[in-house]
Amino acid sequence: MPRIGVVTFPGSLDDRDAQRAIRRADGEPVELWHADHDLQDVEAIVLPGGFSYGDYLRPGAIAAVSPIMTEVVAAANRGLPVLGICNGFQVLVEAHLLPGGLIRNAHQQFIRRDQRLIVENADTAWTHRFQPGEEIVIPLKNGDGGYIANEETLKYLEGEGLIAFRYAGVNPNGSLNDIAGLTNERGNVVGLMPHPEHAVEAGFGPDMPEAMRSGTDGLRFFESAVEALVARAA
Amino acid sequence: MPTIVVDVMPKAELLDPQGKATTGALARLGHEKFENVRIGKRFEFQVAGEVTDAVLAEVRQVADDILSNGVIEDVVAISVDGVQVADAPAADALAGEAR
Repeated sequence: MPRIGVVTFPGSLDDRDAQRAIRRADGEPVELWHADHDLQDVEAIVLPGGFSYGDYLRPGAIAAVSPIMTEVVAAANRGLPVLGICNGFQVLVEAHLLPGGLIRNAHQQFIRRDQRLIVENADTAWTHRFQPGEEIVIPLKNGDGGYIANEETLKYLEGEGLIAFRYAGVNPNGSLNDIAGLTNERGNVVGLMPHPEHAVEAGFGPDMPEAMRSGTDGLRFFESAVEALVARAA
Repeated sequence: MPTIVVDVMPKAELLDPQGKATTGALARLGHEKFENVRIGKRFEFQVAGEVTDAVLAEVRQVADDILSNGVIEDVVAISVDGVQVADAPAADALAGEAR
């Protein structure tokens, strides 16, 4: 069973949900601690949602320079799959593993909604179980989710197909080009503001047209990683 | 002990939602003459000993790499005991070199 690490920072909130999502995708979750330098031989890493260090300085900024992140950055640069969710996405951006920045939502309010997304890039370590152009629904909950980047960076992201997810229906936070999530050129690093780990079990997921709380689209993020790691081991 | 002050502002071309909300509040209170409020950050810290060129270079590096995020913010001023030692172009040029 592939060992997938979940880093807990002071102020992480969704680390246990991420561990549970990994378990439901037939992976073995491994708890990683922000103050350690030991990745415990994991084969993939999730940076979970929350408010690491109380969002002091800038969301994700202090976590991005924590001891474990030295190892996470090195591992990501070696090709290890890394998924950053919400605050984890902010950490990835602050650690320069993904370009651009995330600022306060344009309407200044914290938002919580079941969000429709378009899968733009289904060729990454965390999205290959989706179809390109597929519409999915997973929960979104954040205060600082406005994605920004300069013109040149946006052109690069669009040109290279590095936008992994776009908001569909409404743009909930003023993100440029409706960007909800990104990947890197190698496709091993993915970051997004919405929370796939909250849509992994019917009864506890987002509301869907068919039934309340029945959405499980988030499970395929974790299944994508597990499937690729199992295939590699075989 | 010398006090160093670093001023950081959101980039001018980017929306500053906090500033926009504050501009709206001022207008509601009858202060329409004040427009385009933008909200930045001021860092104050002290350094033991003399502020040499090497210390100043370290301050600029910390300002560019940790205290601000060059994607969304600019370091607009650095001062030592109230005397400005760097403005936006200097800090930007240094950030450029670092990259």
